[in-house]
Amino acid sequence: MNNTQTAPKVTKETKNKIRVDFERTPLLERLKAKLINMYTVKRVVWYLFRFLLLLGISYIILFPFFSKIASSFMTPEDLVDVTVRLIPKHPTLDTYKAIITGNNYFTALGNTFLLSLICAVLQMFVCCFIAYGFAKFKFKGNGILFLLVIFTMVVPHATLSLSMSTKFKYFDILGIIQLLTGSTPSLLNTNWPLYILSMTGLAYKNGLFIFMLRQFYRGIPDELEESAYLDGSGIFRTFFKIILPLSGTMMITVFMFAFCWQWTDNFYTELFYNITGPTLLPDIIKVPKALNTNYAGSSLYIAAIKNACGMLIVTPLIILYLFGQRYIVQGIERSGLTAD
Amino acid sequence: MNLNIDAGKNGKKQKLTIDAPRKKRKSRVSLDVKKARAGWIFVLPFVLGFFLIYLPVIFDAVRFSFHEMRFVIGGGYTLEYVGFQNYSEALFVDPSFVTTLLGGIKQLILDIPSIVIFSLFVALILNQKIAGRAAFRAIFFIPVILTTGLISEIDAGNILNQYMGDTSGIDDGSGQQSTAAEIVSVMDFEALFSNMMIGTEIVEYVVGLVNNIFNIVNRCGVQMLIFLSGLQSISPAIYESCSIDGASGWETFWKITLPMVSPMILVNTIYTIIDSFTASDNRVMAYIAGVTEQSGGDVLASAMYWMYFLIVILIIAIAAGLLSAFVFYQRKD
Repeated sequence: MNNTQTAPKVTKETKNKIRVDFERTPLLERLKAKLINMYTVKRVVWYLFRFLLLLGISYIILFPFFSKIASSFMTPEDLVDVTVRLIPKHPTLDTYKAIITGNNYFTALGNTFLLSLICAVLQMFVCCFIAYGFAKFKFKGNGILFLLVIFTMVVPHATLSLSMSTKFKYFDILGIIQLLTGSTPSLLNTNWPLYILSMTGLAYKNGLFIFMLRQFYRGIPDELEESAYLDGSGIFRTFFKIILPLSGTMMITVFMFAFCWQWTDNFYTELFYNITGPTLLPDIIKVPKALNTNYAGSSLYIAAIKNACGMLIVTPLIILYLFGQRYIVQGIERSGLTAD
Repeated sequence: MNLNIDAGKNGKKQKLTIDAPRKKRKSRVSLDVKKARAGWIFVLPFVLGFFLIYLPVIFDAVRFSFHEMRFVIGGGYTLEYVGFQNYSEALFVDPSFVTTLLGGIKQLILDIPSIVIFSLFVALILNQKIAGRAAFRAIFFIPVILTTGLISEIDAGNILNQYMGDTSGIDDGSGQQSTAAEIVSVMDFEALFSNMMIGTEIVEYVVGLVNNIFNIVNRCGVQMLIFLSGLQSISPAIYESCSIDGASGWETFWKITLPMVSPMILVNTIYTIIDSFTASDNRVMAYIAGVTEQSGGDVLASAMYWMYFLIVILIIAIAAGLLSAFVFYQRKD
């Protein structure tokens, strides 16, 4: 900046002390040079662009939740009022009260919680077990069996809906049950179909879980297990005492996926349960008797009631997600998903 | 075994040394065999489930598609073999199956690149340092966990979402009210690009993507995380040496980042195809689900499902074949 910079001026103050006077560039100029150049400007602009983009996309993701929350507190008058968009003028809890009392919310919550918990725990352990078998042991048929896992992932479950429901309606394994009891039990309207699917690693997206866990276990060095074997630990003991504790993050990830997907599931609950079955969360999505929707143009109000139902369903999951989200991100990042 | 120690002194030495290991070998199998057996035990739940439940179910699903099915009052059902009648009915009698199928597959093919590119883009941005990165990651993953099944069903039929997001209440006096649900309008873009010799199809495709951003963002969660894990496994030393050699960010992306994440592009493409064609809100799936409701539509629907399934498998095979030619694997050991 300063081309005519002269040599620093040296003055002798005392015998042992000298003073050097640099011709310093003023602060303002230095800041100018530092901040107003292409490099910095580009970085700041890029940073702002990135931040705004992320903010915008976050808004797109979160907006349905905002609108659900807002509309669930609105009265029918607010919904037809053109001056009301997102913030209700007369906030009310009537919708929630009517749904909770009229639609057996707590019964449904309890039933679904139990079902999701058992299914998720089963899937978590079973998938770990299966994936470990695929990742660490060489046996004949390993590759072919793993291809079958991929196959179960690729076939959409809707394709199998008819045969799946008939399978569990007239449940039998190789004719053994028919032989023993003389008839085939119907497992519909019980939780057994979902438990059986979870126990055998065939439930929703379990192929993906097995794939992820297998990738993770392959990343664990073999030396770890070998040293355990040398110390006299058996294969199963090694698995339960050493491998499972190591895969905590992945297990939480799988648990959360399985739990949340079972919680919001409507495909299997429609398939395996009918009106006489236990009350589950999908059953509460209806207009409760206490609310009057019997007027022209009530479609907005019905949508608002459904939104309130949705909020009631999703709130427990949001709480779970707040605690578990960092494990999910870590879990997927650590699994080191690669194509090979 | 310790008989060996004093074996040198007495004459029975040979017999003893041969006997001892043989006994051991009989009672104990080698580690490899043991591990193979353990491997079978580990995968046993899946093997049992697959062969006792899944395979019969698949078999039934294929069988039903060749049959006429009648439910007998009082339980049970009868099947009548009709050959390929269900298939020909789906292809030639049903008025809109073929058009829906073709439209759905075209949509699928158009959606794949946009989802994969968008998730790569977002992953690249999220991988850089930015304020509130953890919060953004948490938000971006919400759709995978929460907007599924019931919730997406509620959202799909939700007129309120649209109503509240709509800011068209303000009349700008031009007489033409633009709906704000559309972020950009095709007309504006066509006017902008008409001089640039870009076909209207491309413009419409891009505009459709922008307006469909909610849908795309919702389907990107898992792919984004897969890309993130891929990006984080690239050694920073490579980037450092590049910047020392004077490569710009643009060059670094094309020459380093893209080849390094190309295995993830393959995985994500296949995942996207599977995920979007098995999704129940997919156009073809929704149409077939509608067919199931009709009387005698059960078997017709399974025939349709199998045709759709075969076509998608074909698409997966083609995509995997094309992409694997471009995939770069760093370590070959």
